[in-house]
Parts: sequence; structure tokens; C-alpha cells
Amino acid sequence: MIYWNSFSDFLAMGGYGLYVWGSFGVTAAVMLIEPIAVARHRKTTIARLKRQLRAESRTTAE
Amino acid sequence: MTDRFNLYRFASPATFYPLAGTLIPYFAAIAAVFGIAGLYVGMLVAPTDFQQGEGYRIIFIHVPASWLSMFIYLVMAGWAAIGLAFNTRLSGMMAQALAPTGALMAFLSLWTGALWGKPMWGTWWVWDARLTSELILLFLYIGYMALTAAIDDARRADKAGGLLLLVGVVNVPIIYFSVKWWNTLHQGSSVNLTKSSMAETMLWGMLLMAMCFWMYSIAVALMRVRTIMLERERHTDWVKAILAGGEQ
Repeated sequence: MIYWNSFSDFLAMGGYGLYVWGSFGVTAAVMLIEPIAVARHRKTTIARLKRQLRAESRTTAE
Repeated sequence: MTDRFNLYRFASPATFYPLAGTLIPYFAAIAAVFGIAGLYVGMLVAPTDFQQGEGYRIIFIHVPASWLSMFIYLVMAGWAAIGLAFNTRLSGMMAQALAPTGALMAFLSLWTGALWGKPMWGTWWVWDARLTSELILLFLYIGYMALTAAIDDARRADKAGGLLLLVGVVNVPIIYFSVKWWNTLHQGSSVNLTKSSMAETMLWGMLLMAMCFWMYSIAVALMRVRTIMLERERHTDWVKAILAGGEQ
């Protein structure tokens, strides 16, 4: 079922290793970093909105 | 009773926000399953290509990224049309949430294309119809994001960005048919609705990876739209309730 004879064959990609793994590596990095960046932005946004909400409720209470 | 099954209910951010939150883990999990299956079939099972050797395996991410870069743009243009026609709040938020993911897909399409072009054509880049129109697509995404970010009023940003999206939509069929309309270095499409020029396992690997990219894009866009909703609707009671309730 599996096409490759050895792991080093798999890594070499028939001489195209640099191009194949360069493609897959950057794609994997993008798909890992993007959700992390979105989640971090969400955290900082919620923290900022909470601060703003507290500041607003203080000024309206006075 | 009729209200319970009313789809339009979800056009309201207050009801869409929790729905999106529930759906994200499912889309992420489906993306992971398709990704593992696609990588297994594409990288471990599929045979070598008789012309391109193992270098053809870049197809398993190049084609899904290219498809998604065009498809996400069409979805954004669809949201823009709905927003301009019916003045709905959700449409602009959805378009904005999709834009960075679409731009990344366009970038990945160009990046993997360059890494595929170098060994096969002997060059990273040529100014031919397919490559140039895909580069224009990336610039359209970046232009849309820059334009909407530069306008402070969210509704006006949506309108201006929506117009840009609708004008730019002409580029998508140009990308898609460029390999037919012009003589280009880029190979013709490998998959048609009626016939495919690929071995069956290759085709399966590509379709599984395309599903993975699609589900991934939905998951990330839903994550992003929830933050945009909180930001834009911060003066509404439902957002204040969420912020007071200690939302993470």
C-alpha cells in the first residue's frame, strides 16, 4: 500500500526534496500561525473592550 | 414556532456569535481528519508521476490553496453584494473575516507554484496570464484589507470594500480560464467535472486536501468573525453581557 521503500527515500522526494518540503513546510507554518494569531488578537481585543466597558460604566456612575 | 426555524435569525450577530462558537471545533476537527487522510493518500500511497517524478506532490497543496484563494474571493464578493443590496450588518463582518485567510491562500498558491515552477520550468516566476492574474488576486485581497482598515466608520468601510470586491470579481474567471485563453507555461487543469487526467489516488489526495483547506478556512474565518462582532457591536447589550460574563 505504502509507496516508499524507506524513510530517507521519502525525505529525498526523488531529488525534489527542497521544493516539496519547502512547499509543505511553509503551508504548515501558515496554517499553524494563522489560528494562533487570530486567537491572540481575540484575547487582546476582549481585554481592551472589557477595560473600555469598565471605564464607561465608571464615568456614567459619577 | 415559526421563529425557531427561521434561518434569517442567524443573520443577526447576537445569534450568529454563539452559533459560530459552537461550530468552530467541529470544522477544525473535520479539517484535521481530511488533512491526515489527504497527506496519507497524497504523500504515502499515491504513485510517482511519469513526467514530473516526485516533484508533482506539490500539487496536493498547490491546487487546494489556489482553489480556495478563488473560492474565498467569490464568497466575499457574494457577501459584499448581499451587504450592498440589503444593508445587512453581518455581511461586511463575514467579508472582513475571510480576507486574511484568502490572502494567505493566494500567497500559498504563488509560493508553492514558484517552488514547483523552478524544477519543472527552470524558473521561479514568469509574467504569464495564470501567474499574473493570481498575483493580482493577492493584491486585491491586500487592497481590500488596506481600504477597509483605513476607513474608521465600519459601515462605510464595508461599502467601499464591497465595491472593490465586486469590481475585482472579474479577475476570478480570468484566473480560472487563463490556461485556456492564453498560451501559458502553466499546465492545463488536471481535473474537470467530466474527466480527470490523474491517477485515482492522486485525485483522491487532492480532493481530500481541498476539503481540509476548505474546512480550515471556515474554522479560522469563524474565529475571526467573532472578534470582529465583539469589536463592532461593543455598544450593544448582548456584547456587554458577554464581556461582563467573563468571556475568554
